[in-house]
Amino acid sequence: MSTVTLTYREASRAGIRHALATDERVFLMGEDVGAYGGAFAVSMSLLEEFGPERVRNTPLSESAFVGAGIGAALNGMRPIVEVMTINFSLLALDQIVNNAATLRYMSGGQLSVPLVVRMATGAGRQLAAQHAHSLEVWYAHIPGVRALAPATPEDARGMLLAALDDPDPVFIFEHATLYPLEGELEETPHAVDIDHAAVRRGGDDVTLVTYGGSLGKCLQAAETLAADGIDAEVIDLRTLRPLDTETILASLAKTHRLVIVDEGWKTGSLAAEVSAQIMERGFDLLDWPVRRVCTAEVPIPYAKHLEEAALPSTERIVHAVKEMAF
Amino acid sequence: MSTEATAKATTLDRDHGLRLLREMLRIRRFEERAAEQYSLAKIRGFLHLYIGEEAVAVGVMQALTPNDAVVATYREHGHALARGLPASSLMAEMFGKASGCSRGRGGSMHFFDVSRRFYGGYAIVGGGLPIAVGLALADAMQGRRRVSACFFGEGAVAEGEFHESLNLAALWKLPVLFLCENNLYAMGTPIVQELAVTDIAARARSYGIPAHAVDGMDVLEVEAAARRAADEVRETGEPRFLELRTYRFRAHSMADPDLYRTKEEIERWKRRDPIVLFEERLRAAELISDGDLEELEAAVAAELDEAIAFADAAPIEPVEDLLKDVTTPRSP
Ligand SMILES: Cc1ncc(C[n+]2csc(CCOP(=O)(O)OP(=O)(O)O)c2C)c(N)n1
Repeated sequence: MSTVTLTYREASRAGIRHALATDERVFLMGEDVGAYGGAFAVSMSLLEEFGPERVRNTPLSESAFVGAGIGAALNGMRPIVEVMTINFSLLALDQIVNNAATLRYMSGGQLSVPLVVRMATGAGRQLAAQHAHSLEVWYAHIPGVRALAPATPEDARGMLLAALDDPDPVFIFEHATLYPLEGELEETPHAVDIDHAAVRRGGDDVTLVTYGGSLGKCLQAAETLAADGIDAEVIDLRTLRPLDTETILASLAKTHRLVIVDEGWKTGSLAAEVSAQIMERGFDLLDWPVRRVCTAEVPIPYAKHLEEAALPSTERIVHAVKEMAF
Repeated sequence: MSTEATAKATTLDRDHGLRLLREMLRIRRFEERAAEQYSLAKIRGFLHLYIGEEAVAVGVMQALTPNDAVVATYREHGHALARGLPASSLMAEMFGKASGCSRGRGGSMHFFDVSRRFYGGYAIVGGGLPIAVGLALADAMQGRRRVSACFFGEGAVAEGEFHESLNLAALWKLPVLFLCENNLYAMGTPIVQELAVTDIAARARSYGIPAHAVDGMDVLEVEAAARRAADEVRETGEPRFLELRTYRFRAHSMADPDLYRTKEEIERWKRRDPIVLFEERLRAAELISDGDLEELEAAVAAELDEAIAFADAAPIEPVEDLLKDVTTPRSP
């Protein structure tokens, strides 16, 4: 198997390019996806390669272009809609919640909406409170959609391709700090499994469940813990809706301890949902109360030291684990 | 009345006249029956009647082919009927039955029939416009000469989605036919309290979309304007906009006591009842007789009796299927 080294950004682009090249129904649209190359440079050079019909620059009209993506999906196309950031996606929530997610059900199964929406999420770049929130859980709350959070370059490419095969709306949350992350990928782009979480590091003593931008922090924390003789298993949720609880339960059968690391605010977070599901289905497996490491309940601050203090960190993860008795 | 429409009326033939009259009458009587069924608690939820506005849906629908798409609002019974959805499937839908056009998952506000390219009733004001733009985008990208017709009320004109959608359709030159049903009220709010500029066609023109205001109580004028606009959309692949000036004779919904307008105003508009006006015109032109009318009424009544009997007898969706069709079943 030959491999290539790509950044998360390049991998995401490779997925889009592969889809554009192999399926004429696919097109990319969003603000500045054209000559600018995308706010995060994901679509750089795609305009030259595929032209303005299929790499469509949209005006600043999140509701209309996400809605147009829904309409085009209903009518034979496979749109990839890029919304610059999750904060801006709120202007399209009407189309997402009231239309994309409902049309199949409300039409008694007549319609389906094979729409893919990508957006950047997350903090860590000193962009303050209107560019850096982690609102994925709001999307994970909605029946009728799938929510994906690639944490690796392989997933950034392969989830996009899997999403395009899905007959229903799929939302892909790309953590903005991950774009420069490098990884080794199989040379040929292919869809990856989007039904299951992945065990990113095996371990017997404690389970760290996380996703997206926090995966790296968890893996680092696991190394620190290993130096102290604590063997942490790290699970990357990957798919935020529908949640793969089985993989977590299987891990807890070994470790009996759970720490959930989530860049969302703790109240009503994905971490809260995972915790509740484990209470319902895995209570007997637990030797210690579930712990959550989440973002402090503040709008993300600008100043570097404040932003860092607000976000989950390796230290906070290690600390949460060490509070447990082994 | 425009001279053009008058000219058309004099050349109007009997078959077409009867067809328009029948379609308007079907809607009127369907809505009256729906109100009755609501009083009998067979229909629940919100029920918005189209009575008074029949000439709009019927006139516009003459200009559309089966290949065109229709996007409508929660006040969509008339559009659905005029598009050819069977009255029985609509009644069954409102009765919450599995034989309904949306399997009882949508109700009065959410009729769908993909086989007739009826892409649904949308109950978020303005929410259907981006969908129509997207349907048209797909047609444009795939080189199909089809029209995506999008109905909405004047209340939607104040929504951001209206402006975003008109701009996008004009900017990208997409084959959308925007159809604003201006019935002068958004629930209880009169247009002068909704819009700083009440000339709605002018607002569409400000986005570079050719737009006309049309007497929405005159079915022939609506038909003529819609044919012109739809033909232009097909020929140019670009959007067109019609403002259809109309009035709803009934309250906003069954839940509305209608306290915000005067009886005199309603009576004044009823003198322009689109069905009565058209009937009179057909009689004056000696195209129909009393016998024709009786026949029409009888046929419509029989159709609706059947629709109600069908809806009554129709099965309900089994509760075990509650979660069916939230997402598409995946083949293993
Ligand atoms: C976004 C949104 N806001 C408010 C409502 C509640 N509402 C339902 S119908 C309506 C009035 C709409 O008026 P108009 O668009 O003129 O259509 P009409 O009912 O007169 O046909 C309102 C305010 C809604 N459904 N959606």
